[in-house]
Formats: sequence, C-alpha cells, structure tokens
Amino acid sequence: MAAPIALHLEFGGGAELLFGGVKDHQVTLPSQSQPWDMKRLLVWIRANMLKERPELFVQGHTVRPGILVLINDADWELMGELTYELQDQDNVVFISTLHGG
Amino acid sequence: MPIICSSCEQKRAMLKRPKTGHSLCKECFFSAFEEEVHQTIVSARLFNSGETVGIGASGGKDSTVLAHVMKVLNQRYDYGLNLLLLSVDEGITGYRDDSLETVKRNQQQYDLPLKIVSYEELYGWTMDAIVKQVGLKNNCTFCGVFRRQALDRGALMLKVDKICTGHNADDIAETVLMNVLRGDIARLRRCTAISTASEGEGVVPRCKPLKYAYEKEIVLYAYFKKLDYFSTECIYSPNAYRGYARAFLKDLEAVRPSAIIDVIHSGENLSVREGVRMPVQGNCTRCGYISSQALCKSCVLLEGLNRGLPRLGIGKHNRLRGKILAQEPLTQEEERKLKAVDF
Repeated sequence: MAAPIALHLEFGGGAELLFGGVKDHQVTLPSQSQPWDMKRLLVWIRANMLKERPELFVQGHTVRPGILVLINDADWELMGELTYELQDQDNVVFISTLHGG
Repeated sequence: MPIICSSCEQKRAMLKRPKTGHSLCKECFFSAFEEEVHQTIVSARLFNSGETVGIGASGGKDSTVLAHVMKVLNQRYDYGLNLLLLSVDEGITGYRDDSLETVKRNQQQYDLPLKIVSYEELYGWTMDAIVKQVGLKNNCTFCGVFRRQALDRGALMLKVDKICTGHNADDIAETVLMNVLRGDIARLRRCTAISTASEGEGVVPRCKPLKYAYEKEIVLYAYFKKLDYFSTECIYSPNAYRGYARAFLKDLEAVRPSAIIDVIHSGENLSVREGVRMPVQGNCTRCGYISSQALCKSCVLLEGLNRGLPRLGIGKHNRLRGKILAQEPLTQEEERKLKAVDF
C-alpha cells in the first residue's frame, strides 16, 4: 500500500477557469495499492477537482495538447510525463497556452 | 536521475525545447531565447538606431514577454531605440479593463511610457455598445478591423516609427492554415512576412520579433521570469475558426514538435503563379486609410453602426453598400436585411 501523499497543485494561464477560478490547491491523495503517478493523478483531478468542461483539460489519458506541465518547476517532458511517480510534497503546475496573448 | 543541461553541462535541465529538442537549465534557456530573438531582429534588420518603437501591449503573455525582451535587448545590444507601450482599449468590461491594469503595472515594471487609445474616442463606439447592437455573431469582425486602425492611429499620435507586436510562431502557423482553408491567397502570401513596409499615408510599418518563438517557450519564459501577465479569454470571442486551427496544430505539435516551424516555412516558400489577380491597394476616400475598396472596411462598418444597419459591412452587400454610400434610399426589404441580427 502506498501511503497518502500531499501535493501542491497550481493552475495558470487560464486553466484555473476550469477549477472555479482558483489557482492554488493543496490536495491529499488517498492511500492506494499502486503508487501515484501522473497518469493516475490526472484521473483523480478529473474525478475530484474539475468543475466544468473536462475535455478542455484532459484528452484521452493525458492533458490536452497546449497545456504545459511542470513538476517541481521542471518541464514534465524531462520527468517521464505520465509515468512520473509522485512524491509527498511535490509541486505540480498546469499552464494553459491556449488563451489569448 | 535529473537530466543535466546540454549547454552548460552543470545545472539541472528544467525544460525541453520544442524547436531543437535540447534540454536546458533556466539560465541557458533565458540566454538561448533572448539570443534567438536578437538574431531574428538583426538578420531581418527590423530596426534602426534612433527609431521610436511602439510595442503593441495587451497585457497578455506574448506582448508582456515582447516588452520585457525588447527592453533587455535594447540595453544589452545598444539598439538605440526609444521604446514605448501602445495599448488599445476596445471597451470590453470585465476583460480589457482588467488586462489594461496589467499593462499599467508593466509600464511601472519596465519603466516605459504607455499610451492607451480607445475605440470610444476613435470611433464613438465601445465593443460593449457594438455587441448590444450587432449581437455575438459578427462582433469579432468589428473588433479586428477597428483594432488594426487603432494601433496605427495611436502610433501616429505618438510619432512612432514602427510598431512591433507579440505574434509568435504558433500564431503565424495558425494564420497560414486558416488562409489555406479559406483560400485567401492574398493574405496567405503576406501573412508570414516578418515586417510590413509602410504601405502609405497613415500606416505605420509593423514587425514581429517573436515570429520564430514557440508559444511553449514564451509561456515558460514568462513563468520562470515571474512576469506579470493576464490570461482570460475575451468574453465576446468564440473565435471558433481560429480555435479549430489552433487545436489541430497543437495535436500535430504533440506528435512532431517541429510542425509549427514547418507550417511557417511552407507559408514562406509558397509562390503565387503569375496572373493570379490580387486586390490593388489604394486609399479610403473618406478617412485616407489603406484600402482595396473606395471605402475602407472600418468606414463601412462605422457607417452601418451609425445608421442602425449593422450588417452593412458584414458579408456580401456590395450593391447595397454603393447605394447607401451614395445616400440613395433603400427599399424596406433591403433595410430589413441589414438590420437583421441573428443570435
């Protein structure tokens, strides 16, 4: 059993609009048999946090193209993307690039 | 195991560049990004020493990054430019008023003069008032046409030599696709140009220093530098057509990151067969602005608004347009057509 983990999630660049306009969220992921990775985090966000239009945030198993993801301030493309195994106190940022410039 | 920066080979890499695939640390990314914009500016000879350059500033990510980078490069490479911020207030409550607050903070942060020109002072109509009359279907036509002129008029008031805008590589690739999809050969031919020469009286030359900068890098640059920008969709803009082009490009980029630059290159290398008829550029007989018709689009739209016939400038009403501009009376049927508001 993986112990529950606490995360800081941040939504920006317009992505916060899908989460009731709130940018910063402290969340605790419950204990489960498999370790928490990004793929499972996205499923959890979709089920527990998304307030509206989920298709604007997740597409298939991943984030919608055009949403940037940073894990502890680093591009998730350097961290294994969906396979990254989350650690307690990790900081995950989602920034939409799809809004006007 | 953290990935090490491929440039300095010392610090931890923080992002993967879509254009090159390189993994860089923050510092190496900042310098690579700024150097590329500098190279774009130098190789296309966008500016000359002593010029006054207006930076089109909306408060959004692109123009905020543009203002920051222009300020940095002007100092670092001694361009000798006199920079200022130029903003347009379309009169959209809850959208532009908020984003203009960001521009006002940028003015302080970057210590640059700021000029705001409003639709209300230029045309006598805010977008809020226009939407009340025309509805939510064609309002973006009014806004787009008016904005282009508003930037020029503001630039003339400030005696600006050139305007630069924050259009990035993704924007230009989208525009190429949209022009292909619409079969707009005249726009397709000029939409990839990095700068426009002065097209005549009242038109200030424009350029796009971020033309080759990916949106991902612009957003990460703003994020890592903690730049202050505003990001909310315009409350009136569904802008569906561009939205589809944008989503399509993002899907392509996810599969092959070079797709964006590839589309731009396709646009740049396209040549139009001789003998294809192009609209001839002249000047508006009423306001003198550049136009391929006797009256520019902006004057036709304004005439329609002021007469309570908002559809005058929308779609193909050329015959009616001639009639109305010659002050000839319209039949009831014709008036009905131009008044119709479809929600």
